[in-house]
Amino acid sequence: MDKIVCACGNVNPAGTELCESCGRPLNKETNDKKIVDMRYEGSARRSQTYNKTIIDKVWNFFSSVKVGMWIIVAILVAAAIGTILPQVFYVPATTETDIAAYYERIYGWFGTMYYKLGLSDLYSSWWFQGLVGMLGISLVIASLDRVIPLYKSLKKQQTKRHISFLKRQRIIGMDQANVTEESLLKAEQKLKELKYNVKRDGNAILAERGRFSRWGPYVNHLGLILFLFGVMLRALPGFYVDETMWLREGETLYVPETDGYFLESKEFIYETYSKEESKEVYGEAIDRVGTIAKNYQTDVALYKGPEGSIAGHTEDLSFVKEVSIQVNKPIKFDNFSVFQMDFRLDELATMTFQLQDKATQQSFGEFTIDLADPQPVYELKKGYKVEVMDYYADFTGFEEGVPQSQSPLPNNPAFLIKMYSPEFPKGETSFVMIKETVEPLGENKHKIAFQSVETRDVSGLTVRKDLTLPLLALGGLIFMIGVAQGAYWNHRRIWIQLLEDGQTVVAAHTNKNWLSVKRDLDKVTEVAHLPKYLDQQDIDSLEEKVDKEEGV
Amino acid sequence: MDMASLSSTLLFVAFVAYLIATFLFGGAVKSSNSKTTKSFERWGKLAITVTILGFIANLGYFITRWIAAGHAPVSNLFEFTTAFGMMVVGAFILIYFIYKTPALGLFALPIGIIIIAYASMFPTEITPLIPALKSYWLTIHVITAAMGEAILAISAVAGFIYLLKNIDLTKKSKERFWIEAVMFVLVLVIGFIVATVSFSLADYKAEYSYISKDETQHNIEYTMPALFGMNESVALTKGAFEPLVEMPPIVNAKKLTTVIWTILFGTVIYILLRLILRKRIASVLQPLTKKSNSQLMDEIGYRAVLIGFPVFTLGALIFAMIWAHEAWSRFWGWDPKEVWALITFLFYAVFLHLRLSKGWDGKRSAWIALIGFIIIMFNLIAVNLIIAGLHSYA
Ligand code: HEM
Repeated sequence: MDKIVCACGNVNPAGTELCESCGRPLNKETNDKKIVDMRYEGSARRSQTYNKTIIDKVWNFFSSVKVGMWIIVAILVAAAIGTILPQVFYVPATTETDIAAYYERIYGWFGTMYYKLGLSDLYSSWWFQGLVGMLGISLVIASLDRVIPLYKSLKKQQTKRHISFLKRQRIIGMDQANVTEESLLKAEQKLKELKYNVKRDGNAILAERGRFSRWGPYVNHLGLILFLFGVMLRALPGFYVDETMWLREGETLYVPETDGYFLESKEFIYETYSKEESKEVYGEAIDRVGTIAKNYQTDVALYKGPEGSIAGHTEDLSFVKEVSIQVNKPIKFDNFSVFQMDFRLDELATMTFQLQDKATQQSFGEFTIDLADPQPVYELKKGYKVEVMDYYADFTGFEEGVPQSQSPLPNNPAFLIKMYSPEFPKGETSFVMIKETVEPLGENKHKIAFQSVETRDVSGLTVRKDLTLPLLALGGLIFMIGVAQGAYWNHRRIWIQLLEDGQTVVAAHTNKNWLSVKRDLDKVTEVAHLPKYLDQQDIDSLEEKVDKEEGV
Repeated sequence: MDMASLSSTLLFVAFVAYLIATFLFGGAVKSSNSKTTKSFERWGKLAITVTILGFIANLGYFITRWIAAGHAPVSNLFEFTTAFGMMVVGAFILIYFIYKTPALGLFALPIGIIIIAYASMFPTEITPLIPALKSYWLTIHVITAAMGEAILAISAVAGFIYLLKNIDLTKKSKERFWIEAVMFVLVLVIGFIVATVSFSLADYKAEYSYISKDETQHNIEYTMPALFGMNESVALTKGAFEPLVEMPPIVNAKKLTTVIWTILFGTVIYILLRLILRKRIASVLQPLTKKSNSQLMDEIGYRAVLIGFPVFTLGALIFAMIWAHEAWSRFWGWDPKEVWALITFLFYAVFLHLRLSKGWDGKRSAWIALIGFIIIMFNLIAVNLIIAGLHSYA
């Protein structure tokens, strides 16, 4: 398309509405407007100029604010729908069938529908992420479409603007006032006092303030784009780790995904507020609610193994540090943080038994099974021993004669045991559970008698590495700077011109906060005796004018 | 007097001061026309002075309670809602010094008053902090978020005044219907307060046992006569009101009962008001807005969002993410409260775009500001009470 040459001689890119230099309207449509649209200074935007190829069409689609807003509204509505019922990650079930059953059981047909429609895992659905992706594309394209032409035309603007430009400003005053060189100087002076940048060109003044605030939206969009980019990066391997580990008191475990770090739990501490020792003001609340948790804490020691050491190899560890992990106080090392997230109190740790004669209850020795690490054989008094043939940590019953364990947690330990004695060198078989014994292969002479248990607490820890955090933080920071820049400052311009025919024109524009620019103008008008101005959009003041004229 | 009771007294003082200031602003609005500028200025000055005194007492409440509790008083529903009410007044004072509009005070103060009264319906005792809340980020996050929300609320107040002034209430229209609906909702809040206070003065309490959704038995204490019973509920208190209808386990019948009582009381109050006033409530209030400048209200509505949006973003999203990362190991977890903060953020982003790029001002902008306030209140109250998540205090 052709460039547009303005009457003032400036050559404008195709699609320009107001001459970049003098401000004359360059087409009929703009010429017909009473107040001109100053958002992009009437500059040529790609989206408003080309609409031929597929690329043009895609570009125009994403650069439209209307489309952008529909995308945001769609995300907003979807996000709201996702809060109607809990999302899958808050549901106490892991397998698909269990999850489906959970929604059905708790929420009935509505829950089933919610689950079937995929709303229960809405935020990771392809279409939700697609919407967020479109938001990102829209942000990039809409910003580029505007910021470049805006920058060019703000740079090119002249001090002296054509009267047709000034007349189409929202704030305009024109009069045969006796404005002299002296009052122009006074005006200049005052504007400088008001922290305006003042330029003078013959009989024309351009005072400008806070132009940088015009870049606010683009800066904040850049911040958002960086943030979204950071979120995307998490999908790449190596950037993001999210693991959980259950660590028992006294145990030393490899920290998943780390480079040879190990954690040992010294102790887990669970405290509640007691009325006696806490501030007296809490008494009432404790009375009403009952127990209130005060602290979850795991005292740990951190060790580092030699290069390339892996799970299970706890030799040659070198001590790094000893810390208390609390809620809100994770332990940090090497880009990793380990958080106190969960706990189980009083998990069975060891069980102590005696091998006894069933009839006389005479003991042939005592043995202790470490439930985390049961030994195959426990040697007792001479000639007696016990063999643990099988261990069911979380025993739930027999299925077709086969013992079942639903988890590796020692919630309900059971053992298949062979008891050896001088009388029975081949052994007697017994199935030992808490409080009960089954003798699957016939009546035994000996029995395993339960003596005592020891328990310990288990800490649920989350292991996290997130290398995208610096990028997210940077994005957030840039976003905040951009928003503040655009919201707390505004771009004000005041034009004052003495025309050839002796008239004086004042005009003003601001991208927002019109009251302030009017106040500024009032101050200047007062010292420089400029013509009265009118806000062409102020309905009330226009109405009032009419009222007065009608004598009401 | 110990700190805790000093704190309660100061809150009461603030409450009364706001009430008085509302009437003073009413005086300022009534007298504001060109002939009575002097008297207008006198009323206005007096009104804002009383407001500021009230606000200082309110801050005094906040600080003394902080000292008494040993942590910032923003850790349960009562404290948080009260702080929000206080900040609405604070935000109003801020905007008043930019624009000097008494009409804004006339409507913003009652909103602050209702919010504080509403807050006092929740248990007001000082609670110790559970581990997750023990972080200075709690203080920073909550205070900044509430400040942002309060400034945004002023936008809704300005929008409301704009609408009251510019909607033609003499003709039947959708606008007329909806502005009255807004009035009705405000009356419902009053209904809730009246219902709660009446039953608590009558000292109504009844305990029931019920079977919860995980099939275990629990007890629950109703403070209003049980219109709805919990699943398989059995009265434990002698002579307790027999629930009219029993609810399935996923419905919290106690909360439902409160909602229905609120609607009953609110509706009765509304009907009484209509009978006494013989006019729509909006029509009664409309004359108070006659002298405010529409252009100015429109501008305040926009400006308040411009000032509040960055504060809200910082507090409710950025500080929230930093804290969530320290407390729950992830900066974002799609918890309902988080999601609703995001929704609020997106909503006001749309507001700003429509305004700047699509030229949506005047009535449209005012309606959007009102809806924004509804979203904020929804997140503040309903998400806590209805959708249980990590954040639910109650
Ligand atoms: C979550 C997403 C977004 C946020 C938080 C956001 C934020 C903002 C803010 C705060 C402003 C300044 C508004 C004002 O000062 O009144 C702005 C301006 C703008 N935004 Fe966005 N925006 C988002 C998405 C988008 C999208 C998707 C588009 C694409 C169409 C878009 C296009 C624009 C445009 C064209 C402007 C005006 C620029 C100007 O006039 O100089 N924004 N945005």
